[in-house]
Amino acid sequence: MSDHEYTPKSKVGKWFNDRLPLLTLANHLTDYPTPKNLNYWWTFGGILTFCLITQIVTGLVLAMHYIAHADMAFDSVEHIMRDVNYGWLIRYIHANGASMFFLAVYIHIFRSLFYGSYKSPREIIWIIGIIIYLLMMAAAFMGYVLPWGQMSFWGATVITNLFSAIPLVGEGIVTWLWGGYSVDNPTLTRFFTLHYLIPFLILGLVVLHIWALHVPGNNNPVGIDIKKPSKDTVPFHPYIVIKDGFALLMFMIVFAFFVFYTPNILGHADNYIEADPLVTPAHIVPEWYLLPFYAILRSVPDKLLGVIAMLSAILILAALPWLDTSKIRSAVFRPLYRQFYWILVADVLILGYVGAMPAEGLYLLIARVATAYYFLHFLVVLPILGFKEKTLPIPLSITEPILGGSPNLATVKNKESLNK
Amino acid sequence: MSEKKTNRRDFLFTATYAVGAVGVGATVWPMIDQMNPDASVKALASTEVDVSSVNPGKTITVLWRGKPVFIRRRTEEEISEARSVSLNDLKHPEKDEDRAKDPQWLVMLGVCTHLGCVPLDQKGDYNGWFCPCHGSHYDTSGRIRKGPAPTNMEIPKYEFVDAKTIKIG
Repeated sequence: MSDHEYTPKSKVGKWFNDRLPLLTLANHLTDYPTPKNLNYWWTFGGILTFCLITQIVTGLVLAMHYIAHADMAFDSVEHIMRDVNYGWLIRYIHANGASMFFLAVYIHIFRSLFYGSYKSPREIIWIIGIIIYLLMMAAAFMGYVLPWGQMSFWGATVITNLFSAIPLVGEGIVTWLWGGYSVDNPTLTRFFTLHYLIPFLILGLVVLHIWALHVPGNNNPVGIDIKKPSKDTVPFHPYIVIKDGFALLMFMIVFAFFVFYTPNILGHADNYIEADPLVTPAHIVPEWYLLPFYAILRSVPDKLLGVIAMLSAILILAALPWLDTSKIRSAVFRPLYRQFYWILVADVLILGYVGAMPAEGLYLLIARVATAYYFLHFLVVLPILGFKEKTLPIPLSITEPILGGSPNLATVKNKESLNK
Repeated sequence: MSEKKTNRRDFLFTATYAVGAVGVGATVWPMIDQMNPDASVKALASTEVDVSSVNPGKTITVLWRGKPVFIRRRTEEEISEARSVSLNDLKHPEKDEDRAKDPQWLVMLGVCTHLGCVPLDQKGDYNGWFCPCHGSHYDTSGRIRKGPAPTNMEIPKYEFVDAKTIKIG
């Protein structure tokens, strides 16, 4: 944070700012000192904010035409597609926007994993991020139910039935969630309500996420603590604004490609068939962004343990700052962790692939091995690696390796303790 | 203040917390309970089905409380297959005699006990039902034999009103 006190130049500005210091906040955001070595992997925070706003705006418009009733929902979505002016465009942006949102969030999460952004002092930023991710999954799932197609209906049935695995109270919870004895109109109306609510909860958490980020400041590719402001930092505006803006444009090209050229490729044809409680589609698969967890669920042959494994796979991330015992943040200086990191990336991709395949034969075997490895990575590899790994020497400052620039005393001290 | 004595103020605090907790509970409960099945959903509790046209080896599916119910008129082989299984081979041991009052007729909820999909008729390794979602195999009595489902398919409350009508619920 900048040390200097900000005073607005104009008299009106000063009068206002004394009563509500919004201009001080704006000044903090523009001057906010940012590490000068941030690469393009750091632009996904801004891209994600764009995704959230896109979903809220397009969702608001869709809600003006959508009817949340089991008898009318499917037709109202077709009405949006065929009759409403630009309805097809708005719906395709919203539907593909969900996928783009998850694409960006996965890159954002794996960026954190590579550069150790979840480590002290940024644990709270990370945990808020995990809560946002969970809410995103809830919002995406409920949104997928709203068109009331076959995949909507049966996806809702399968996912709500996960709660029936809870001993004793499970059945009661499922009936309560449904508001009946099966997924039906009461389920649809409450899912619509919650689907509308969750994005605003996410918005609130995003504010906390950024607030918590602005306390220690950004991590950076080198992963060392830096002095702020210093030769190692640049002000957020215009440097980062321009860089984020350029990355956002590139991202929007990908986004637009899906919306205009293959708007249905990430969906399922079955969802253009109206929900039928008597017929389950031959092959139920969730949306691509949930596949790795779905694979974990199916790889365990016991119902309750499968559900526990799937939830643990997500919740284990919240404990990551304490499971990773290494003091060095960036994988750049962790030769062994770097290899395990890429194995984990491959492992998650494999889980995603087998999650889309039938749960039998070789696929099931692969899913089981990959599930075991996923937990092994977090519960065994990371805690041990922190003690065993011989890390590379870290620089004293971002500029030091290139310019021999001024080392930050805190970093020097930190480095001495790390290198012993 | 070496020794702590209970005084009037402590009593007032405790009493206030207790009344406050009851008040919060009484306010929150309606908000939670409103999501449970409402009176109109509960009212649709029973269905009568005409089964006169169902021949041996045929299954009909009817909707009861929003869920499919399989009504199968079983063949002799199916019945003997279901009745000859040793209870030790079953994950959820139940005698076929207890599941099908009249051995010809099997009436059960067509809902996989794993995650609620509708299993397919005459499929799977046990000539009964097979759930396409996560691969559970059921036998000719609707009992779980292989796969992730924890229990047999549920038998709803039903009765024969007359020779050709079954009342479910």
